[in-house]
Amino acid sequence: MLSTYTYPRYAYRRPAELDQPGAVHRHPVVVVGAGPVGLAAAIDLARQGLPVVLLDDDDTVSVGSRGLCYAKRTLEILDRIGCGDPVVDKGVTWNIGRTFHRESEVFHFNLLPEPDHHRPGMVNLQQYYLEQYLVERAATLPNLDLRWKHKVTQVTPQGDGALVDVETADGAYRLQADWLVVADGARSPIRRQLGLDIEGKVFQDRFLIADVVLKTPMFADGQAERWFWFDPPFHPGQSVLLHREADNVWRIDFQLGWDADPEAEKAPERVIPRIRAMLGPDRDFELEWVSVYTFQCRRMNRFRHGRVLFVGDAAHQVSPFGARGANSGIQDTDNLVWKLKLVIAGLAPEALLDSYNDERIFAADENLLNSTRSTDFMTPKSQVSKDFRNAVLTLASEYAFGRALVNSGRLSVPAHLTGSVLNTPDSDPFAGVMQPGAPLADAPVRDAQGQPGWLLAHTGDRFQLLLFVDTPDALDAATRTTLAALLDAPIPVQPLLVARQAGTAPAGCSVLVDAQGAAARRCDAQPGTAYLLRPDQHVAARWRTLDAAAVRTAVARATAQA
Amino acid sequence: MDHLNTQPHFGVPGTTYLNAYTPGDDFYQALIDSHRGLDDEQSRLVNARLILLLANHIGDPRVLGEALAAARAGVTETRA
Repeated sequence: MLSTYTYPRYAYRRPAELDQPGAVHRHPVVVVGAGPVGLAAAIDLARQGLPVVLLDDDDTVSVGSRGLCYAKRTLEILDRIGCGDPVVDKGVTWNIGRTFHRESEVFHFNLLPEPDHHRPGMVNLQQYYLEQYLVERAATLPNLDLRWKHKVTQVTPQGDGALVDVETADGAYRLQADWLVVADGARSPIRRQLGLDIEGKVFQDRFLIADVVLKTPMFADGQAERWFWFDPPFHPGQSVLLHREADNVWRIDFQLGWDADPEAEKAPERVIPRIRAMLGPDRDFELEWVSVYTFQCRRMNRFRHGRVLFVGDAAHQVSPFGARGANSGIQDTDNLVWKLKLVIAGLAPEALLDSYNDERIFAADENLLNSTRSTDFMTPKSQVSKDFRNAVLTLASEYAFGRALVNSGRLSVPAHLTGSVLNTPDSDPFAGVMQPGAPLADAPVRDAQGQPGWLLAHTGDRFQLLLFVDTPDALDAATRTTLAALLDAPIPVQPLLVARQAGTAPAGCSVLVDAQGAAARRCDAQPGTAYLLRPDQHVAARWRTLDAAAVRTAVARATAQA
Repeated sequence: MDHLNTQPHFGVPGTTYLNAYTPGDDFYQALIDSHRGLDDEQSRLVNARLILLLANHIGDPRVLGEALAAARAGVTETRA
């Protein structure tokens, strides 16, 4: 049915294990599920130097647009793992969302309230493209063993890992994993097989989802906005969402109500008139893909079960109206991978992985709260709830406070892990939101050669100390000694000078020139201010003056050793 | 409107919120939750009591007068 995309078929390869009957190979990490989350996890692990086996029961990418909106923080993570550019280049960038009630616009928002960030607030791209680009990235990593048509049939947790039984067309075999990362999706066969709970709320509503190719775009070339309707004339009493995708495909979601018949609603003779009513009689379109979905807002009680770690939809599911599904899954892997790497290397205790559990449950709860609220607002389930919703919509056209209450989706923003035990609480006063636990805000910088670039591109994958200075030349001998000592440690802290003016850096230090002062402004930094960054670019600690012992203590704390 | 504040105003005074929508959404959820388990008539009573509680708290007839007028102005009369 798709006219704009040809599904790749990835080659199944007969596993070497079948020719060595009885031999069970031990692997440091096995990842199950080559969706966007499993792929991101495997790629990140492999590029950090770990050998990874990634198992998937299929041999292609996802069918239909599905996960569609990739948020700024996710794009930054994709940048870090080497996949940001193709996604942003192919995707449709947008920052403006408009909300309509009946015929009129009542409210609009801009996802990027301030300039000078590398990545936009949101990029729309069909999930199959993201998966394809991740598969292509995975293929460049020799230590990533991606096995298509390898179906996991049984997982047996053990104290020091898990046994994984795998079925292929040529026969079954068994792997032993020191660590198992489970990314097998919302229905998670592994979660079910292990009898693990996932609790939450089922929403009694059905939505029709259609990917439509428009012969003439609704916005000028290269432009896109998210449009959301409450009770529009073309679909009275229900809500409708319109998004632009790549290839001039447009995604439309129609709320149908709980009583709708999902099979009947998928029929083109039912779908086409709905779209015709929305787009008007003169617009040519072609239907690419149709589905009817329901959703749940729920999460597992724990994401870590010993050596088995759940990520993405397998661990938590939200309604689609916040773009918080795939985004939060990729953010799970961002949080998990550096911790797993340190634990496998013997540089941190296994307890560090409990912080994966705690931090990502905090993030999941924030996502669940916001997406549940959006869903409750969009599809009120009682008369009084509907009355208040409609009152908000009438007030919104007249009053600013009413507009602020209109909830047509509070779109994915990264969790600020301010309550995490890995943080070192501030001992010096700071203003602004870059508290310990926050993901570092991006800023335009120039490198040592004077080339313009972005702060985040120079961070990640290791602990770093951002030291704000006037000029690198002015660093005194004691500071140089401190920086060198921090670098020369089992868990090295790489110094990154953020200078007002260019200059020569001491050996082992990188220098970035904060020409516009945006980095210092966003961090409320003055010369002398130091920020300790985790490998996932979250702030672990910060000080007004550099003290080697304090940095070492903060690194120990951020790695569950204090 | 000289006395009635129609700008977004939810939140604990002096607190900065990471996302501006959070305190308003917090209130809205608490409002909807306060009706859980009630039938329509009970809900109407809760709403009326809530209006009176808030009106007494505000007290100032200039604010209340503007609020009453603004609320009514958005609703079309169906009979003469």
